[in-house]
Amino acid sequence: MEKKFLKGNEAVAEAAILAGCRFFAGYPITPQNEIPEYMARRMPQVGGVFLQGESETASVCMVYGAAAMGKLAMTSSSGPGISLKAEGISTLAGAQLPAVIVNVMRGGPGLGTIQAAQSDYLHATKAMGHGGFRVLVLAPSTVQEAIDLTYKAFGLAVKYQNPAVVLMDGWIGSMMEPVTLPEAKEPVKNAYTGWGTRYYNPSGTDVDVVTSCLLEPDRQELLNIHFGEMYETWARDEVMAEEYMLGDAEYVIVAYGTAARAARTAIGSLREKGVKAGMLRPISLYPFPYDALKRLDKSRVRCILDTEMTLPVQMKDDIRLGVTDAIPVHSCGRSGGVVLTNEDIEDALLRIIEEEGK
Amino acid sequence: MDALYERPKSLTNRATAYCPGCLHGVATRLIAELIDELDARADTVAVLPVGCGTLGMFHFNTDIVVSPHGRTPAVATGVKRSAPEKLVFSYQGDGDLAAIGLAEIMHAANRGENFTVIFINNGTYGMTGGQMAPTTLVGQKSTTTPEGRNPAETGYPMMMCEILSQLRAPRYIARFSLDCPANVIQAKKGLRKSFELQRAGKGFTFVELLSNCPTNWGLSPLECLEWMRENTMKAFPLGVFRDRED
Repeated sequence: MEKKFLKGNEAVAEAAILAGCRFFAGYPITPQNEIPEYMARRMPQVGGVFLQGESETASVCMVYGAAAMGKLAMTSSSGPGISLKAEGISTLAGAQLPAVIVNVMRGGPGLGTIQAAQSDYLHATKAMGHGGFRVLVLAPSTVQEAIDLTYKAFGLAVKYQNPAVVLMDGWIGSMMEPVTLPEAKEPVKNAYTGWGTRYYNPSGTDVDVVTSCLLEPDRQELLNIHFGEMYETWARDEVMAEEYMLGDAEYVIVAYGTAARAARTAIGSLREKGVKAGMLRPISLYPFPYDALKRLDKSRVRCILDTEMTLPVQMKDDIRLGVTDAIPVHSCGRSGGVVLTNEDIEDALLRIIEEEGK
Repeated sequence: MDALYERPKSLTNRATAYCPGCLHGVATRLIAELIDELDARADTVAVLPVGCGTLGMFHFNTDIVVSPHGRTPAVATGVKRSAPEKLVFSYQGDGDLAAIGLAEIMHAANRGENFTVIFINNGTYGMTGGQMAPTTLVGQKSTTTPEGRNPAETGYPMMMCEILSQLRAPRYIARFSLDCPANVIQAKKGLRKSFELQRAGKGFTFVELLSNCPTNWGLSPLECLEWMRENTMKAFPLGVFRDRED
């Protein structure tokens, strides 16, 4: 395959088109602007639709309308815009429609900063909107992985008739790296299988009723139970994580996205100093790789260092669930767009080891 | 024996979910009759709002997409751009269209989206129990303006046909009333014109239908119609506001 040199945001946009996405609606917000700009150029070339919505809410609702018509559709934004999209994402989930949402994270809360950060772990993995639904959350740490995971996100969204999120930070979005693009898929029209059709229009047999509004408590409860069972399926079938130098590791860094790149460098340096460090890198943040944490050898691993580009760290509760507090979990990070360096991570771990020695 | 009057095929076979005397039933039937007359049932997508209009889920025997509150024109934009061959209409009340969804209606109109917006204006939030709407008349009582709408505090009724007529792109903008058979016939003509313009790819069409709310106005169905003539129709003049030639 041909190698290309692509910027993360543009690579994600191209990956979407290769996955068969033919509808994009978005709204300007830094640091993701190259995604809608690329789509504005590229969609007309492939017979797709590009729309700049009047707002984030309108953009995600345009995606909802397109998904209702069986199109593979995507929107992208960053933290403050993702908050505004919450309504539409909840509606997509409730109506059982596939779509991909890309969040190129910056420093929060509120408007925060426009620099790269990992501010939205909790929002993405626990509650992207009201109502208690979940979305699949994939977190790339390279431009190549941003391509591969965006491509995969469409497949998962269709497989489960549910929104999927690509959660990347501003570094991945802004960085250029050599990549190989996947094969172009032919766009197909997805049939609507949501439960609205099942319950409404009893005398109509040939119509779709796309809705997140089932009105009757008994129906809604059945659907909610169905969702719960689906999330269990994800936990069984869709977990992705990378294990890096864990074989003999006494100190395990848990990091995703760009933080994992800094951690990888730190591990090299720590190993040179004789510290047996390794890393567990969650790639799917929801479902979270609890089992990989459970498998850690508790007699060998002395502690875990949750490393994130956000403060206070947001993944720690999930890590503690994974190790059921049998291994101490420390944390380190920078936030608000301040660059997390490999030295920050190395220093943090060396301090912990020094404290242990006292 | 020939049937002179029957249930349109674009309506499901069930009793109305609307309150007795509510003109939503008339609007719903008019639309269904038109879809039948245009032989478009299999190619129609109704985009429904949040409010009493959501109950259209029970009634339209066509494809339906239910929107989040007020985003109805944005959802319809996604629908129509993805399936240009479909006859697409949004069906929205005054809270959905003129309050929470004001940005969406303005921008869909400004883009000249090739679908039809049907705007039911009854001056109240019917589904939630009669709160003040953007179209509530000056002095009109609601559960959130118990002393009557006071413009010093809550402004004046928003005239959506007139506001949208400031935009260049819309193809057809008109206001009708459902208070009497003669006006219902006019309304159907306006709806037909909108659907035909859409089918010809002529762009954004907007039909406002003045309606009632017996339940929340606290009037009998007949009193409602009289009240509409004395009040609503004086504040919201009927007519065609835009009929732009290409």
